[in-house]
Amino acid sequence: MDMAVSNQQKSGRIHPHKFTLWVAMGSIVMMFAGLTSAYVVRRSQANWLEFSLPNIFIASTIVILFSSLTIHLALKSFKAREMQRYRTLIAITAFLGVLFAVLQFIGFTDLHKQGVQLFGQGSNPSASFLGIITGLHVLHVIGGVIALLVIFFGAFFSKTKIYSPTSLEIVATYWHFVDILWIYLFVFFTWIR
Amino acid sequence: MSNEAVLHTGTGEVIHDTHHDGHHDHHQSFISKYVFSQDHKMIAKQFLITGMVWAVLGGLMSVLFRLQLGYPDQSFPILETVLGKHWAPGGHISPEAYYALVTTHGTVLVFFVLTAGLSGTFANFLIPLQVGARDMASPFLNMLSYWFFFAASVVMLSSIFVQTGPFSGGWTAYPPLSALRDASPGSKTGMDLWLIAMALFVVSSLLGGLNYISTILNMRTKGMSMTRLPLTIWALFFTAILGVLSFPVLLSGFILLIFDRNFGTSFYLSDIFLTSTNKALPNEGGSAILYQHLFWFLGHPEVYIIILPSMGLVSEIMSTNARKPIFGYIAMVGSLFAIAVLAFLVWAHHMFVTGLNPFLGSVFVLLTLLIAVPSAIKVFNWLTTLWRGNIRFTPGMLFSIGFVSMFISGGLTGIWLGNSALDVHLHDTYFIIAHFHIVMGVASMFGMFAGIYHWYPKMYGRYMNNTLGYVHFWITIAGAYLIFWPMHYEGLAGMPRRYYDYSIWESFKQFIDLNRFISTVALIVFAAQFLFLFNFFYSIWKGRKLRTPNPWDSNTLEWTTPIHAGHGNWPGEIPEVHRWAYDYGKDGKDFIPQNVPVGADESQH
Repeated sequence: MDMAVSNQQKSGRIHPHKFTLWVAMGSIVMMFAGLTSAYVVRRSQANWLEFSLPNIFIASTIVILFSSLTIHLALKSFKAREMQRYRTLIAITAFLGVLFAVLQFIGFTDLHKQGVQLFGQGSNPSASFLGIITGLHVLHVIGGVIALLVIFFGAFFSKTKIYSPTSLEIVATYWHFVDILWIYLFVFFTWIR
Repeated sequence: MSNEAVLHTGTGEVIHDTHHDGHHDHHQSFISKYVFSQDHKMIAKQFLITGMVWAVLGGLMSVLFRLQLGYPDQSFPILETVLGKHWAPGGHISPEAYYALVTTHGTVLVFFVLTAGLSGTFANFLIPLQVGARDMASPFLNMLSYWFFFAASVVMLSSIFVQTGPFSGGWTAYPPLSALRDASPGSKTGMDLWLIAMALFVVSSLLGGLNYISTILNMRTKGMSMTRLPLTIWALFFTAILGVLSFPVLLSGFILLIFDRNFGTSFYLSDIFLTSTNKALPNEGGSAILYQHLFWFLGHPEVYIIILPSMGLVSEIMSTNARKPIFGYIAMVGSLFAIAVLAFLVWAHHMFVTGLNPFLGSVFVLLTLLIAVPSAIKVFNWLTTLWRGNIRFTPGMLFSIGFVSMFISGGLTGIWLGNSALDVHLHDTYFIIAHFHIVMGVASMFGMFAGIYHWYPKMYGRYMNNTLGYVHFWITIAGAYLIFWPMHYEGLAGMPRRYYDYSIWESFKQFIDLNRFISTVALIVFAAQFLFLFNFFYSIWKGRKLRTPNPWDSNTLEWTTPIHAGHGNWPGEIPEVHRWAYDYGKDGKDFIPQNVPVGADESQH
C-alpha cells in the first residue's frame, strides 16, 4: 500500500530547479515585504513628503504586463517547436524588459525635474524609499532579461538540440513573478500612500 | 506490507550505475575534486574547515579582550609585538581595538562559525546522504554558496588589516555608529568591508538554503516519506526556511544602511551633531529604531538558525547512542515547527527598552514566553530518550548530553529576560551575555562538536581519538560553566556589557577578582580547543581506520554508503527506505537500518 502512494508522489513531483525558484521567489517576496513594511512604519511618522507618482509608471506597467503575455506565447511556441516565432517573441520580451527599465528611469528623472529628490542631501525618506524599492525591482527585471538571453543564446552554442522546456519555463515563471511584484508595488505606492 | 520486498526490483541496473559513477570519479582533477568541487561531501568539509579557521580567530579575539577585562592594569608587552603600537600601545589593548575585537568576535561567531560553519557543514553533508540523494538539487548553486562564503570571509578578514581597523560598533551594527563615517575609526573603511562581507554572506546563505529546501522536499529516495526523515533533516529543513525568509529582510535593512552611508539618504539618521567633526548633519526625518526592527526581524530567527541544527544533530546522536528510539518523534517535529513559527513573532523582545509601546511589549512578552513550551517539550524528549537507555558514552554522545545541559541552563534565564519588566534592569548587562552565550553560543558549539565527533568516520573514513575527545569535553563543559555562570551575578548587580574597563567604576570594583577568574578560565578553555584541532587534523591522516561502514550501529542511510563514498554516494542503486530512522531495540534486535524491509514477524511501528 505504502509503495503505491510513494510512487505516485514521485511521478507528480515538481522539477527540483523549478521548486528552487519558487522558494527563491518566497525569499524575494520577504525582501520587498520588509521594505514596504518599513515604508508603512516610516510613513506614520513626522516629516514625510507627499508627492504623486510619475505618470509614466502607468506606461511601464502596461509594458511589463504585455511582456508577460509575450513570454507566455514564446513558451507555447517553443513547446510547439515553432522556433521562428519563438525567437521573435523572446526578442520582443527581452526588449520590453529593457524598455521597462528605461521607462522607470525616465519616471525618476521626471520626479527630479518636479523637485522631488530621491537621494543625496535634502532628500526625504519618502522619495528615497520609492527610489530604492523600485530600483531593486528594476534590478530583478534586468536579472530576468539576462537569464532570458543566457538560455536564448545558450541554445546556439549547444551541440545538441534542446527539447526540454524546463529552463525556459523557469525563466517564464520568474518573469511573471517580477510582473506581479511590480503590480503589487504599483498598487502599494498608488493606494497605500 | 510484506509485498514491498517483492516490489524491490532494479538490481539489474547496479552494474550500469557503478560504471557511470566510476567514470565520473576517475576524471576529476585536483581543482575539481578539492577546490571547485560540486560534491556535497567536499563542500561540507570546505565549510567545516573554513568555519574552524574562523572559530579559532573569533575565539582568539575573545581571549584578547578578556585579557583587557581580567587584567586591566597589567601590561603584556607581547601584545604590542604582535598587534603593533596602534592596537596595543605599551602592551595594553587600546579602546578602539577592544571595541573592534568585541564586534568582530560577535559577527564572526554568529554568522561565520555558527551559521555557515554549522548548518553549512551538516546541511551539505547530511541532507543528500540521509534523504537518499546522489547530491543536492543544484550542485552548482551549492558550490557557489561556498565560494560566496569564502569571498565574504576574505573581505571580513581583510577588514582586520585596514589602518582604521575593522568595524567596532557592535555586531548588530546599529546606526548611527554604522551609518556615519566620522562616528568612530571603525566606521570608516572597516564598516564598508563589513557590509560587503555581510552582503556576500547573505547571498551565500540564500543559495545554500534554497538548495537544502528543494533537496529535502524533492530528492528523497523511494519510501522516504517526510515522517520517516531523521530529525537532523527536519531541523536543517526548518533552519533553511528560517534563513530563506529572514536573510532577505536583513539585506533590505543593509541596503537602506548603505544608502544612508554613501548616498545621503535619511532612513536611519535624524538631527545629529558630531563632536568629532564639530558639525551638525543635514539628515532629517530618519529613525534609528527602524533599523533595529529590520535587523532583529532577521536577528531573532538567526538565533534559531544557529540552535536548530544542533538540536537535530543531538536528537540523532542521542537516539543512536542510547540504543533507544527517540522519544516523541512527532512532538520533536512539531516543536521544531512551533519554534520556527514563533521565531518570526518575537523580534521586538530585543527592543523592550527602545521606547516600545508597553502594550505591544506585553504581546511580545507573551509570544516570547510561549517559546518555553516547545523548548520544554524538546528537553523532556531528550531526557526521556536517555531514560533507561543502554548508553554508549562516545565523545559525540557526551557533547550531546552537554548540549542539553547548556540548553536547560541558558533557556531558564531566557524566561527571565523575556519579561519586559525584568528586562529593563537586565538589558545590556552581563546577564544577557551569560544567557545567550550559554543557550546559543556554547550549546550550538556543543552540537557542532557532537556532530563532528559522530560523523567524522563518515567524512574521513577514520576515527578521532577518544581519549583526547573526553579530555576536550570535560575541560570545555567545566570551563563554559565557570566562564558564563559568574556573569549572571555580575549582570544582576547591573554591570553593563561592552565597557572597556570596569575597575574604574566604584560599583563594579568588587568584580575585579571575578573578572580575572573568568578571563583565566577563558584562556584555559581556548587552549583546550587545540586538543580538538590536533585530534581533527591528525586523525585525517593518522586516525584509526574504519573497518565497517556502520561504526555506530546506526539506522540512517549515510551508513549504507561505502566507507569512502565517491560523488554520487552509492555505487549501485540508491537504497529504498522501509521504516523510520529510530528502530533501535525493536523486537529484540539492537538496530534495524532504514533500508531493511519490514519483516513479517515484526511488530507494528
